[in-house]
Amino acid sequence: MNNMKLNLFLLALALLAPTVLYPVFLAKVLCFALFACAFNLLLGFAGLLSFGHAAFLGTGGYVTGYLMINSGLTPEIAIILGTLAGGLLGAIFGKLAVKREGIYFAMVTLALAQLVFFFYLQAPFTNGEDGLQGVPRGALFGLIDLSNNMVMYYFVLTIFVAGYWLINRTVHSPFGQVLKAIRENEDRATSLGYDVNQYKWLAFVISAALAALAGSTKTLVFELASLTDVHWHMSGEVILMTLVGGVGTIFGPLLGAGFIVTMQNYLSGGEMGNYIHIIMGAVFVICVLSFRSGIVGQLMKFKRNNF
Amino acid sequence: MATLFDINLFALFGQLLVGLINGSFYALLSLGLAIIFGLLKIINFAQGAMYMLGAFIALLALKYMGINYWFALILVPLTVGLIGILMERFLIRPIANEDNLYSLLLTFGLALIIQGVFTHAFGSSGLSYPVPEALKGGTKLPFMYLPNYRAWIIIVSVFVCAGTWWMIEKTKLGAYLRAGTENPQLMQAFGINVPLIVTLTFGFGVALAGFAGVMAAPIYSVSPDMGSNILIAVFAIVVIGGMGSIGGAIITGLGMGVVEGLTKYFYPEASNTVIFLVMVIVLLLKPAGLFGKEA
Repeated sequence: MNNMKLNLFLLALALLAPTVLYPVFLAKVLCFALFACAFNLLLGFAGLLSFGHAAFLGTGGYVTGYLMINSGLTPEIAIILGTLAGGLLGAIFGKLAVKREGIYFAMVTLALAQLVFFFYLQAPFTNGEDGLQGVPRGALFGLIDLSNNMVMYYFVLTIFVAGYWLINRTVHSPFGQVLKAIRENEDRATSLGYDVNQYKWLAFVISAALAALAGSTKTLVFELASLTDVHWHMSGEVILMTLVGGVGTIFGPLLGAGFIVTMQNYLSGGEMGNYIHIIMGAVFVICVLSFRSGIVGQLMKFKRNNF
Repeated sequence: MATLFDINLFALFGQLLVGLINGSFYALLSLGLAIIFGLLKIINFAQGAMYMLGAFIALLALKYMGINYWFALILVPLTVGLIGILMERFLIRPIANEDNLYSLLLTFGLALIIQGVFTHAFGSSGLSYPVPEALKGGTKLPFMYLPNYRAWIIIVSVFVCAGTWWMIEKTKLGAYLRAGTENPQLMQAFGINVPLIVTLTFGFGVALAGFAGVMAAPIYSVSPDMGSNILIAVFAIVVIGGMGSIGGAIITGLGMGVVEGLTKYFYPEASNTVIFLVMVIVLLLKPAGLFGKEA
């Protein structure tokens, strides 16, 4: 019930926000928030640390960008196809990655994502270092022109709410409960008769597809798909967003994405831009050493202790 | 030109040599990772940054203090090892009881900081380190020209790897280390200072990366991202070999260097990705890795 109220409050905030803040910035925050929520589904609720989620973000972006430039499809179709492409890649990577656990899982996903990075670097249709530039936003259903930033923002908000709702449904479904059981005690879940690897795999596919949805949407917002989105730095960023906000909490990745994107925007404008990786690294170290439950985790502790 | 079945032997041997050299660095780095993993059960994401740090310290020591290559070969690993020891003592140990994914993230953050600092100070373009005078020139072999420094890299790396293997498998110190891997509590009960061994092990593993950095400085360009590029390949190599054995890490490292070199000759487009593709095949056929013990 409390979560419901908070959700409605956040939705009202999101609906009113573009009257105050620049809509493209807000759309960026929402894309990364969806990316972080998708990532958190895997780390927070299944206990699997993927170090290769940039591969899915980037795949969604490249597929959608390529289709928008070359095929004349409407944006919603291009986004759906981008999401499916990410989901398919996730299905393949997931099959390989769930064969290993813990730290190996992280290394396998990182290595597979690097394979994808080199593929996009060399493939003829991605324009290498330049990326796909000038991706047209097109007209939604062929009717609503998305070139207006305000219209684009509300389209992104709709996608975000749908993705967020799906993640919430997944977490609170029987499937989500089994995932939590696996996270807490994998051997026990196995002994109860659950096919653990199958559950992990499905969680991986859902997470990858939603990350690709975020990437597809982001490409439309910025009219650009580039190698930055598939680089391992991006996989690190989404981990940081989730960690800062609170791993395994519903609202954490939202807050974390907002925090990191705001910080990056603020820093890249000024002379501090050169220090951005150093600062990100420092935030990582501080979070791991003394802030492991993240913003939302700390707030919940505070609430438990004082109310 | 010597050709055999349409194969250009000069080019083939040339790529094999490059492969063996890359393999030497893969072996040194994955050996360091394996030693650290054995005792601490963590993966040091900063291993690549330590390799880069080794190359940069050698470069700066030469430029500002006139410390030549031969002294650097001793002093730099000691310096990098000391940095590693401080890192373990003050950053990694406090979270030793947490999930080991946190130490992966911690070392990832440290790698970002170190790489960021050097990018800020030196830019991202590469700097060059001179080949030491005594190792200039080369030898003409039947099928190829072998530069002396490259031969030196392969010989020294094999020697250091073999020495490390011998130390761990055959000496008393190595026996402590292996026992610590099996059962640290029991070791402690026997009166052995396990935390000290853990710290020194981490320092040694990191020093190996620093050593590899000095070795690499004269042939690769010294740049802030030299470590992160090689590290991800080394991670794949670690998955291919499995963390089970020290010898396995060395053989897999050298072997994958050779595979990469051969790919550069036969199908250059795949040379960046071949290690990752081999990882995929190994995961399908033998998920625990070629030398892995766990199921």
